[in-house]
Amino acid sequence: MTDRRHQVVVTGVGLVTSLGVGRQAHSDALMTGATPAPRTDSESFAPYTVHPLPEIDWSAQIPRRGDQRQMENWQRLGVYAAGLALDDAGLKQDLDACASMDMIVAAGGGERDIAVDTLIIEESRKRNDREQLLNEKLTTELRPTLFLAQLSNLLAGNISIVHKVTGSSRTLMGEEGAGISAVETAHARIAAGQSTHCLVGGAFIAERLDILVLIEALQGLGKSSGQPFWNSDGSANGVNLGTSGAFLVLESLDHATARGAHVYARLDAVVADRGPRDQGRLEQRLGRLADDAGAPEAGAETIVFSGATGFPDLSARERAFLSARFPEAPQRTLSALFGHSVEAQFPTALALACLALDADAPMSPFVEGEDAVAPAAAASAIVTTIGHARGEGIARLTRMP
Amino acid sequence: MSKAAYTDHLGRPLVAVTGMGVVSSLGQGIEDNWAALTAGRSGIHPITRFPSDGLSTRICGTVDFIDIPAANAVERSYAFARETTIEALAQAGLSGDFGGPLFLAAPPIEPEWNARFELGDRVKPDDMDGNAYEQFLAVLREHADPAFHEAILFGAISERLADRFGTRGLPVTLSTACASGATAIQLGVEAIRQGRTDRALSVATDGSVSAEALIRFSLLSALSTSNDRPEKASRPFTKDRDGFVIAEGAATLVLESLEAALARGARVLGILSGCGEKADDFHRTRSSPGGAPAIATIRAALEDAGLSADDIGYVNAHGTSTPENDKMEYLALSTVFGERMAEVPVSSNKSMIGHTLTAAGAVEAVFSLMTIATGVLPPTINYDNPDPTIPLDVVPNVKRNATVTSVLSNSFGFGGQNACLVMSAEPA
Repeated sequence: MTDRRHQVVVTGVGLVTSLGVGRQAHSDALMTGATPAPRTDSESFAPYTVHPLPEIDWSAQIPRRGDQRQMENWQRLGVYAAGLALDDAGLKQDLDACASMDMIVAAGGGERDIAVDTLIIEESRKRNDREQLLNEKLTTELRPTLFLAQLSNLLAGNISIVHKVTGSSRTLMGEEGAGISAVETAHARIAAGQSTHCLVGGAFIAERLDILVLIEALQGLGKSSGQPFWNSDGSANGVNLGTSGAFLVLESLDHATARGAHVYARLDAVVADRGPRDQGRLEQRLGRLADDAGAPEAGAETIVFSGATGFPDLSARERAFLSARFPEAPQRTLSALFGHSVEAQFPTALALACLALDADAPMSPFVEGEDAVAPAAAASAIVTTIGHARGEGIARLTRMP
Repeated sequence: MSKAAYTDHLGRPLVAVTGMGVVSSLGQGIEDNWAALTAGRSGIHPITRFPSDGLSTRICGTVDFIDIPAANAVERSYAFARETTIEALAQAGLSGDFGGPLFLAAPPIEPEWNARFELGDRVKPDDMDGNAYEQFLAVLREHADPAFHEAILFGAISERLADRFGTRGLPVTLSTACASGATAIQLGVEAIRQGRTDRALSVATDGSVSAEALIRFSLLSALSTSNDRPEKASRPFTKDRDGFVIAEGAATLVLESLEAALARGARVLGILSGCGEKADDFHRTRSSPGGAPAIATIRAALEDAGLSADDIGYVNAHGTSTPENDKMEYLALSTVFGERMAEVPVSSNKSMIGHTLTAAGAVEAVFSLMTIATGVLPPTINYDNPDPTIPLDVVPNVKRNATVTSVLSNSFGFGGQNACLVMSAEPA
């Protein structure tokens, strides 16, 4: 089928992070030459620091209050970012385009009801019949609709309801790997002619105690506010989770051209793998992935978006690999400015790469003094995400003339 | 064979099924399952995994006969998937590293309550203020808990399957609710049609029945409450159907391009000839009243297979036994099949195994392929009080012999998920 390969391009970017709402807010903050100050909250979840949801008016993308009420913030953020991407691609009100649009969402699970869980844990300390207790409390205390706010595939379900994207709906799971697989799958389908246009992305809410537990089970969270992301020995200082909603509209170049769409960048390759990481095997695998992605012997015209999570050693290894493989290319440390957004990390990095490849000015360093200043606007981009427990992905993008 | 014999009506590689494995409440392995299913036996039983006194639903189709090292959904779902994959690879005659991609339909994972209780027990008295999660964080700051971490990762099941069976690349873990099993197969078919692999492993597993899972579905009024006679509770297409029976299971399909399968002398069990999907934008749990998305999904699967409704000899229904699904499914089928509807047998495996949720689409694909291979239609049991508004030939209560060359299998789920598969006999 290689003779029928289609070029895949990005025509819509929907992005919400602690830095702001929408692609313009991000371009405004990131193209000035100066590093914007990270927006963090070290009080609400002390001793942890999170990059919080910015001020946002849900009604701008989720007009019906009834729809808003059916969701918690994780789903709201995803639906919102998806709406931004559709708007940006000029497809928001195009019912025919949305009805034939494919959709792949990288999802975790939705918010727990902390009050109900706390009630049960506290009661359990007084009782021996814990299973009976569970039945009693869950039957009487759980809100019926909360299940739907927690179900992984209901982010996609809500996008269908609110934005009428109904060509297909697939939800992928698996932490950072979900975001990688979502983009990999969308790219492969469009390249092979199985799809012409696809909404792909994910959302992550950092301000969730039940999510902090996930990373802290490995004692992975950073615990001192105000510390730099990178230490002087090249290791990182721990994970600060970051809220992010990131969706892209991917199209075949033919489809985009036919409707006169603005093209941010061409998505040339998305490759992914997993496996043991000891004894240099992570670096070997990353080297092969970079080759498979057709990564150039990058000079300074390439910009590298590193999704390094903040886990001290793993992040150091990623950084060392990238510095060796792309010695001339300026790196952008995503998590230093935006925090780590797990399922949304790879889509967020791709969205930022698209902004970099669409701009006339170079993108500012994300960490002052650590990320190199880019001499000029980038011609190509490399995006990496290395999962905190497993899974690695690399994407390559090229500026369009 | 000429090159054309290996491609479909659109010039794409034909996708063969060369190995299958299945686990359900009826037993382990295709042989036992098929014998029970064609005998019209029910696997539905009272809940024993947790106390169910006082719950409105006290029956299920859990799989409780496979050993697991720890009682959680990850271990259970992995063990089911491991067993069905061993069976499928043996049937396919494949050993060593599989060498193709893995597509896994797996249930959304959350910590088990016993794990939360254990964390709660480790909280020091001084830290017993604030909410439960603040207390858990205090515990974890003192002592990391890698086993707990691994047990709550969505990627944990596919990771272990990938290691065990030597699949290639980053495995895809997916959830499209009750359509997940069909989606896992669809992703495998697409990968082979893209030409990026000659073979793919499609696996769907669900070992997630717990008190909370059951209560959540109960609160949505989705479950049957016919507790007195568990084996009679799931009764699709009847007038008094009152909800689905929550169940567990798994299935694995080895997919190969027909050309590669025949080149290595593999036995072809059937062809995955068409996949269709269409999302519903009507409601989070209810289908569009006119059934338009389900109709579009069935038509998309037929079109993908290059077949018309006239070519379908049997429908393996979604048939959940909920008032809503069975009505909507009939509406969709009768719209597509038109006047021929009365002649097309439509049966529901869920009348016997219950609703295996994430696994259902793949479990039922295996049974659909068994129908093609053996010429036997499994019955819809408990069809004692037909719903007059659903005039289908449901293969009532007793299996039937019939030569079938193409089967349609439906999967519809919460969140507007619709996926249909068409499976066909190997071209002569």
